Amino acid sequence: MDQKLANSMPRILAHDVNIYYGEKHAIKNLSVEIPDRAVSAFIGPSGCGKSTFLRSINRMNDTIASCRMTGEVLLDGKSIYAPDVDVVQLRSHVGMVFQKPNPFPKSIFENVAYGPRIHGLAKNKTDLEEMVVNSLKKASLFEEVKDRLNASGTGLSGGQQQRLCIARAIAVNPEVILMDEPCSALDPIATARIEELIDELKQNYCIIIVTHSMQQAARVSQRTAFFHLGTLVEYGETNDIFTSPKDKRTQDYITGRFG
Amino acid sequence: MSDHIVTAYDLEISAIKTLLAQMGGMAEEQLNNAITALAKRDLVLADLVIARDEKLDVMEREIEEKATLTIAKRQPMALDLREIMVAIRVAADIERIGDLAKNTAKRTHAISEALPRKLATGLSRMGSMAQAQLKNVLDAYGLKDAEKALSVWRSDEELDALYNSIFRELLTYMMEDPRNIGMCTHLLFGAKNLERIGDHTTNIAENIYYLINGKTIAEDRPKKDITSMMTGMEK
Repeated sequence: MDQKLANSMPRILAHDVNIYYGEKHAIKNLSVEIPDRAVSAFIGPSGCGKSTFLRSINRMNDTIASCRMTGEVLLDGKSIYAPDVDVVQLRSHVGMVFQKPNPFPKSIFENVAYGPRIHGLAKNKTDLEEMVVNSLKKASLFEEVKDRLNASGTGLSGGQQQRLCIARAIAVNPEVILMDEPCSALDPIATARIEELIDELKQNYCIIIVTHSMQQAARVSQRTAFFHLGTLVEYGETNDIFTSPKDKRTQDYITGRFG
Repeated sequence: MSDHIVTAYDLEISAIKTLLAQMGGMAEEQLNNAITALAKRDLVLADLVIARDEKLDVMEREIEEKATLTIAKRQPMALDLREIMVAIRVAADIERIGDLAKNTAKRTHAISEALPRKLATGLSRMGSMAQAQLKNVLDAYGLKDAEKALSVWRSDEELDALYNSIFRELLTYMMEDPRNIGMCTHLLFGAKNLERIGDHTTNIAENIYYLINGKTIAEDRPKKDITSMMTGMEK
């Protein structure tokens, strides 16, 4: 692993996290450090808790009534569950991209402009336009849509819609981008575009991606965490995890032996 | 290791391993015959070795093709990936061992008279040592025994030492009587072939170690072939 990654301060630090859905103990005593300017992949079989933990990083679980959590999640050393934290503000720092692209039924421009507008990030119209264009450029979508910014976002192809959602997430200057299976509804070409984009974005953001594609985790991430039955089984350099994992459960899962 | 969820995947990997085991057995036989042919100046046996080498080449290509196909279809990970990568490399080493055995057998044609006793003994010791190295390393692969692989890796030193002494011996014969030069050169190549076979068994041993442990051997490799610095003038 490169030294820079090893020595950099973790952007996110989770300590002894437990999450319950009613009686179900979904995440058990999880502690982890997520580095900045790198991609961390969460892998594991369905129901292992990887998405649950991902959603705790921008408090998406708050919307589920039966969900209870103990432990600490720190973003840049500050607890995101502290009483004084504004959840709306938090989510502008920790953006999220979902499995199915979910653009607003509005124009491409409005999809991206929405965030900066509600957070009051733009000083004036020109400023806002600049933000939209920059975000679309960072999401590698601008060239494809520059002549139809007023067309509806839902009229784009699946892959374009997903990049629009990434542009929308980027527009509010987040530090962290959470991606929950961002390519599972996309064809291989659109998937490759998103992976290329993730590669570029990692220079400036802390990215966490939940994926069911082991190959994708191996391709895009620098660190990989393997979850099983609510436990973080193994977390380490992606290169190590996919060539010589230490835990037998990791080995069994990534080699397709899970019973 | 338990089975894959997809049975066909298991079958593919076991087919590669079976083929590799057959290839190893065949290389052993080729080496044994080459050594016997050279020692007894048995031209018929030597020709048999030469003719059968092609089979090893074919088997190596077959393993390579199967392995490539499995990589393309299954995208193997972790242990499976190492298993397949190592199979490709081991097959390549065995194929080279086959070539060296063939080349040793070829020398039989060039040696018309009985070898001086001391040389014959030295060569035959080298032969049995190379045979043992090959057998042990193939066993280590079959049994997935990293310790056994390590011991093969370490004992290559002895083969190198024996080669050095045969090299000296041959130089002496050549200096004594220039008429020996022809035969001695062929014997030197024969001995060098056996020494190279030893090197390939250490390659295989390194790959077995990697296959089992997921990392390479940490020690420095014993390398005691010093003939590249010998002039024949030293006492």
